[in-house]
Amino acid sequence: MELVISLSIGVLAGSGIWLLLRPRSFQVIIGLSLISYAVNLFIFSTGRLKSDAAPILETGRDIATYADPVPQALVLTAIVIGFAMTALFLVVLLASRGLTGTDHVDGRER
Amino acid sequence: MTAIVDHLVILPIVVPMLAGVILTLINERHAATKLAINISATLLLLVVSLLLLWKFGTGDGSLTEVYRLGNWPVPVAITLVGDRLSAVMVALVSFLALGCISYAAARWHRGGSHFNTLFQLLLMGLNGAFLTGDLFNLFVFFEVMLAASYGLLLHGSGNARVRAGLHYIAFNLAASSLFLLGVSLVYAVTGTLNMADIAARLPTVPAESRSLLEAGLALLGIAFLGKAAMWPIGFWLPTAYAAASPPAAALFAIMSKVGVYVLLRLSVLLGAYGAEGFGHEWLLYGGMATIVFGTVGFLSSQDLPRMVGFGVLVSSGTLLAMLSYGDPAVTASAVYYLVISTLTIACLFLLSELLERGRAPEADILAVTLEAFGDEQEVEREQEVGITIPATMATLGISFALCAMLLAGMPPLSGFLAKFMMMAAVIGSDTGAGVGASTWVLVALLIVSGFATMLGLLRTGINRFWVPSAGEVPLVRVVEIGPIALFLGLCVALLVLAAPAMAYMENMAEGLYALSAG
Repeated sequence: MELVISLSIGVLAGSGIWLLLRPRSFQVIIGLSLISYAVNLFIFSTGRLKSDAAPILETGRDIATYADPVPQALVLTAIVIGFAMTALFLVVLLASRGLTGTDHVDGRER
Repeated sequence: MTAIVDHLVILPIVVPMLAGVILTLINERHAATKLAINISATLLLLVVSLLLLWKFGTGDGSLTEVYRLGNWPVPVAITLVGDRLSAVMVALVSFLALGCISYAAARWHRGGSHFNTLFQLLLMGLNGAFLTGDLFNLFVFFEVMLAASYGLLLHGSGNARVRAGLHYIAFNLAASSLFLLGVSLVYAVTGTLNMADIAARLPTVPAESRSLLEAGLALLGIAFLGKAAMWPIGFWLPTAYAAASPPAAALFAIMSKVGVYVLLRLSVLLGAYGAEGFGHEWLLYGGMATIVFGTVGFLSSQDLPRMVGFGVLVSSGTLLAMLSYGDPAVTASAVYYLVISTLTIACLFLLSELLERGRAPEADILAVTLEAFGDEQEVEREQEVGITIPATMATLGISFALCAMLLAGMPPLSGFLAKFMMMAAVIGSDTGAGVGASTWVLVALLIVSGFATMLGLLRTGINRFWVPSAGEVPLVRVVEIGPIALFLGLCVALLVLAAPAMAYMENMAEGLYALSAG
């Protein structure tokens, strides 16, 4: 499981960074989305990887059998914020496309 | 009454949030009502922040108030922490906000939709970032602040703003990802997000986890240095700030200082870490590189807003280099400089538009904006009710000269005092082996950057004020010159009351470092 998680984080982040450095604004937004997926997976994994472990405590059971709930709460917040920011960026992207007539990030073709 | 005093620490967040929510619900047609709500909320915020300033001024410098949200017990609760440093920052935000909204009341608040809402939400994000005691909540408040700033940057629309906004948003989204990575790494190693708790647990971190922790802290540092616009990652700032509408740009003057503020907090936290001077060289040399880049950019820019944008870089670089010393006396004078430079830069952003008004209209982005929004009739009506100050140009000229002296650090104004105290403090900080070469270079850079600032602003001033065919005298309303007078007045007040102000700052800095040592 560790290998799968780390490979997927690596592939997502790598593709995201490559796309972020591309000149088309659509590529940039997809790159940012991929990076935020990678970051979300990363936050999730900082609570240590466990399967079949519940994040909600019951009294009288060993605390080591539970999953850490804090990274799950963090990742939920990060997803919501990331989603809102992506939507906002999309609006600006469309406004830029409409005003400049090109989808180049600098607003003009080189 | 006592109940309200107990909740004083959360009020700077609650007041703008409620105001922002109420403003969202009111239709854009009621522009006057929205403006009135915005101004009253800002005034209320000012009162709250002055109370905070007074409250933390009564005790000694290490007085800290922890506010537990929902009154949960200590390890579970998400905390807000108020101390002198955050009180100073919140007070600076509210003065700045009052000036900006007063300026915007003349016409900018109608330049696009939801200006008032975004304005209050930006204040909420700023105050939250200054008051939070929790690393993840810092991220949330950062995002609130950034989201509002994206909207404010685009306020007034137009090609330049959208293009600058695109770069600004992309850069900040990437920086936020780094922030999240850093926060989660710190959590993975220490098992907590509370800043005070992190500081307490740092010495117990096992040796094999230290590299992971340092990687996390470095990622956090890069995110904040990006916000503070350190040299290799600060290219976005002058373009974005120059494109923003003047009241928004003036308010943004504090946003780069948020990065500096968090770095100060982090470096104080790391004082308990044992790794002496972790990352301090980065701050010192990065700060010096930023000063050089800002100075060169300042001299090479043609228009005033862009020039002031580079002035923000110089001020950020100075502060970053000062932080690297980790010395209470240096930090105290750096915070004094932070207040002065923020007010001066905000003042110059506002002035730049007023000066631009008397010039050829085709060079003015404002004209394009007004055209796009079809506001021409309203402008004519405003011209009828507007009060033309006699000798407008003289007032503007005097304000501009004062700003130039403050920013360059010329005597006798407080800008000089701030720079002088910083230089004295960095030279005085090496008591043992004499003053290091890097310190002398830093002092030289401070002097050269001040001289270059003077030179650049002098050139601009000559071009604007001493040209006979400068066009018609710009029409300036009282609410527009008012904030400039307010900011300059505050700088003068800080000069007159320099002794008590510096005593306040020194107590604050000693308290900060005493907390981390104890």
